[in-house]
Amino acid sequence: MTKVTMTVNGRPVSGEVEGRTLLVQFLREGLGLTGTHVGCDTAQCGACVVHVNGAAMKSCNVLALDVAGAEVRTIEGMANPDGSLSGLQQAFQDHHGLQCGFCTPGMVMSAAALLAENPRPTEAEVRHYLEGNLCRCTGYHNIVKAVLAASGQDVSGVGIAAE
Amino acid sequence: MHNFDFVKPSTIADAVAALAHEGAQALSGGQTLIPTMKQRLAAPAVLVSLTGIGEMQGVCRGEGGLHIGAATTHARVAREAAAHYPALAALAGGIGDPAVRNRGTIGGSLANNDPSACYPAAVLGSGATIVTNTRTIPADDFFRGMFTTALMDGEIITEVRFPIPERAAYAKFVQPASRFALTGVFVAKFPSGVRVAVTGASEGGVFRWNEAEAALTANFSAASVEGLTVSPEGMIRDLHGTPEYRANLVKVMTKRAVTSAK
Repeated sequence: MTKVTMTVNGRPVSGEVEGRTLLVQFLREGLGLTGTHVGCDTAQCGACVVHVNGAAMKSCNVLALDVAGAEVRTIEGMANPDGSLSGLQQAFQDHHGLQCGFCTPGMVMSAAALLAENPRPTEAEVRHYLEGNLCRCTGYHNIVKAVLAASGQDVSGVGIAAE
Repeated sequence: MHNFDFVKPSTIADAVAALAHEGAQALSGGQTLIPTMKQRLAAPAVLVSLTGIGEMQGVCRGEGGLHIGAATTHARVAREAAAHYPALAALAGGIGDPAVRNRGTIGGSLANNDPSACYPAAVLGSGATIVTNTRTIPADDFFRGMFTTALMDGEIITEVRFPIPERAAYAKFVQPASRFALTGVFVAKFPSGVRVAVTGASEGGVFRWNEAEAALTANFSAASVEGLTVSPEGMIRDLHGTPEYRANLVKVMTKRAVTSAK
């Protein structure tokens, strides 16, 4: 076992890990941050997306020791400091951007990464950016609508065909 | 996944020394190797991360074209190569998905030489040079068949040097589940002639389509390849497509690449 130290949601953390310990295992089992989900465990589904030094990554496909010293942000770090939902999270609630909720943490983290680099994406850009995040409820229309709404755009005409 | 000793050197020299250990394996972004290890198709005793080596990072103009550090992520190439070599940047920006592009690297992709990966098409199509810790290898000598390269045990790709063509484009027919190329074609027009490299189609991995190169060197237009045929012999057969389907795609994607080249 080796000691690993990193910053998670602004808090310095450390723990004992094996070489093979994945970042998602360290977050969930080491730190108890179970908001980050393991869906496919093969880097296909995106349920495990977190930010590492600001970049979205699939934490089931990153070794914990390989990101020692990094700034990691998970879904638990997305709410406002007072505990209320962030604008993006609120948009998911307002537009019913989730059904079972399993993919939601990864969707929110990927969407946040998109909005950080492209604050007013088009609908096509949102769909393209989220191609690595799968929703088995097939709730994509409302997820896309939520992301567009979070970017301050009018979504009254989006996804009508799905409703 | 079986356990291993993890080391993360900060220099190429230290990485080469670490790779001399019995059962050592280099790890770059890990977007292929880690899933492979989970399936226990690979079980290295020592994993040597190359992501902490500063001299293997970045994109810069250099002698003969564009130099890209081997541990540079696809996302960074997509951003930083755009002003210098747009076709290469576009190819990098179409690999996998955003989260994969933030982790996967050009050197990792080339060392793995997946027969459906995008980067081998750009490297062979551009006539790029692979730089390792011991030598330089022309692209034409580097790819040796599916998942096989000219790299020796313990040899590390440190940089890739791309000559910049007058016009180029990559046309990829995406396999939507894996986001690899069902067939992808990279076309590059240089003053000395045109190069055409095909990925995703052949059981031998990336290859140059010589007949199309000759035709396009004579006349760089999609019509030039209209009369050519590609043999299905040796093309990949899987549930996504027959050899005949892929052979046809080679021509279709070549025409699309030529039409969109800029």
